[in-house]
Amino acid sequence: MLRFLRESTAIAQVELLKLVRDPTEMFSRAVQPVLWLTVFGQVLAHVHGIYTGEIGYLAFITPGILAQSVLFSAIFYGIAVIWERDLGVVHKLLVSPALRNSLVFGKAISAGFRGLVQAVVIYGIALAMHITLRLEPQAILGVLAAVLLGSGLFSTFSLIIACIVKTRERFMGIGQVLTMPLFFASSAIYPLELMPGWLRIVARLNPLTYLVDVLRGLMIVGGVSMHGLGVDFAILLAIFVVFLLVAVRLYPTLVE
Amino acid sequence: MKEQAVKAAGERGTGEAAVRTIGLTRLFGSLAAVDHVDLVIPYGEIFGLLGANGAGKSTLIKMLTTLLPPTSGHAQVGGFDIVGAPALVRGRIGYVPQLLSADGALTGYENLLLSAKLYGLPREERHDRIEEALDFMGLADSAKRLAKTYSGGMIRRLELAQAMLHRPAILFLDEPTIGLDPVARHVVWERLRELRSSYGMTVLITTHDMEEAETLCGELAIMHGGRIAVIGKPLELRTGLGPTASLNDVFAHYAGGGISDGGDFSGAVRTRRTARRLG
Ligand SMILES: Nc1ncnc2c1ncn2[C@@H]1O[C@H](COP(=O)(O)OP(=O)(O)OP(=O)(O)O)[C@@H](O)[C@H]1O
Ligand SMILES: [Mg+2]
Repeated sequence: MLRFLRESTAIAQVELLKLVRDPTEMFSRAVQPVLWLTVFGQVLAHVHGIYTGEIGYLAFITPGILAQSVLFSAIFYGIAVIWERDLGVVHKLLVSPALRNSLVFGKAISAGFRGLVQAVVIYGIALAMHITLRLEPQAILGVLAAVLLGSGLFSTFSLIIACIVKTRERFMGIGQVLTMPLFFASSAIYPLELMPGWLRIVARLNPLTYLVDVLRGLMIVGGVSMHGLGVDFAILLAIFVVFLLVAVRLYPTLVE
Repeated sequence: MKEQAVKAAGERGTGEAAVRTIGLTRLFGSLAAVDHVDLVIPYGEIFGLLGANGAGKSTLIKMLTTLLPPTSGHAQVGGFDIVGAPALVRGRIGYVPQLLSADGALTGYENLLLSAKLYGLPREERHDRIEEALDFMGLADSAKRLAKTYSGGMIRRLELAQAMLHRPAILFLDEPTIGLDPVARHVVWERLRELRSSYGMTVLITTHDMEEAETLCGELAIMHGGRIAVIGKPLELRTGLGPTASLNDVFAHYAGGGISDGGDFSGAVRTRRTARRLG
């Protein structure tokens, strides 16, 4: 266990170091959520096109946009892994006696850092736009925990896909095909009740829905989690663990 | 665990040979990239693996370093089975892949620090060991520079430093001197000889360079189409072919002459890319 922690921390530290050294990617990823909130959100809030109950539309989608940016910044993480494989970095990690679990888990934590940065950016914009956020420490800590968990989950999912497709071109294709449906088949930008029945079923199977649900419960004043925070966290954690187990098996096949 | 990872090169596994393979085979679809290879490499040897592009050298090394599971056959490295006890094998080996694999976004020192942690070197020894390894490879002055600003030769030396940091019993080097200038190559050879004499390290090296094979390696195997075509000391191989035969002649004779007949496009691209990165 100690060894697992030491090794995953070593991997995560390195990724953090690289992120701090070259933050351009992080900032470019922050542009999209800004646009969603300031343009898309503003416009839809203005026309009152989507009824979201007591809370205004902007407040409604703020957690959705955070969940979305967690998804988008984590899902292309597989590209980086394929890149590392092409460079032989993965080979080097895999010949070391480090546990395979540590390597995969360390990567997931490092994806979590990126998610946290997105969270900070979105809190910033939302505050500037006078969206009423919950600022109690428990709520914020809960949001950060959910963001870490969500980033880990989707980056590990991305790693699994990278291990299956193995090339950058194919990954780009699949990444595009997957992210949009994951996003739209969730409660990120409209309530589940507005969806047709079949889509609601898809949304229920979509981990992003549960991430959105936690964030909606914790992030905004008057927001409610439909499933309950405990259920959401339990489901996210369970999916994350399953993904980790699969990824640990597949990661070594990346170099074959 | 710490204990197993810091094993000095002198401490050997249970087998008497550093590498022993029996009928080791790896298929890719119907292609036998490595085909029933039987090989014994004694401890302390610098063993050269030659062969045309696509002969199966890298595939063999990937199996021995536990990166690639064999299709059939067996192999022991450092006395442990590559399939049955891969974690024990990993603690005893160092590996420099054919691709340039240092992390360019990290400094030389940081590259080694990551290895030190993954190999479980005790915290209080890490710094000294890293400095020592950098010094040994002549990189002490560049330790704080990002590896992407290194020249090809420096990257290779950094990778060697990384591979020897935990003092493995056996080093696997896949074309470690490709693209290096003659002086840089000689430096690498010198270092490898020192590693052998001071730590008793066994070295398995692949190369396309006949001078390297002749002067550095105590024993050579030439692969062809996944099989070992011949094994022997450089001198034996030459005299075996004829009184005036050079190692080039030996290679041409056993490796099927001419240009690769097994190499594929991606292999060629990869080699070229490596060469380009090396400048
Ligand atoms: N992952 C793979 N999938 C399919 N075929 C492969 C794979 N890796 C290697 N091969 C094939 O196996 C054969 C041996 O390749 P290998 O890389 O071991 O050759 P090599 O002797 O190292 O060549 P080089 O001198 O060019 O490095 C080649 O025909 C290659 O195309
Ligand atoms: Mg090769």
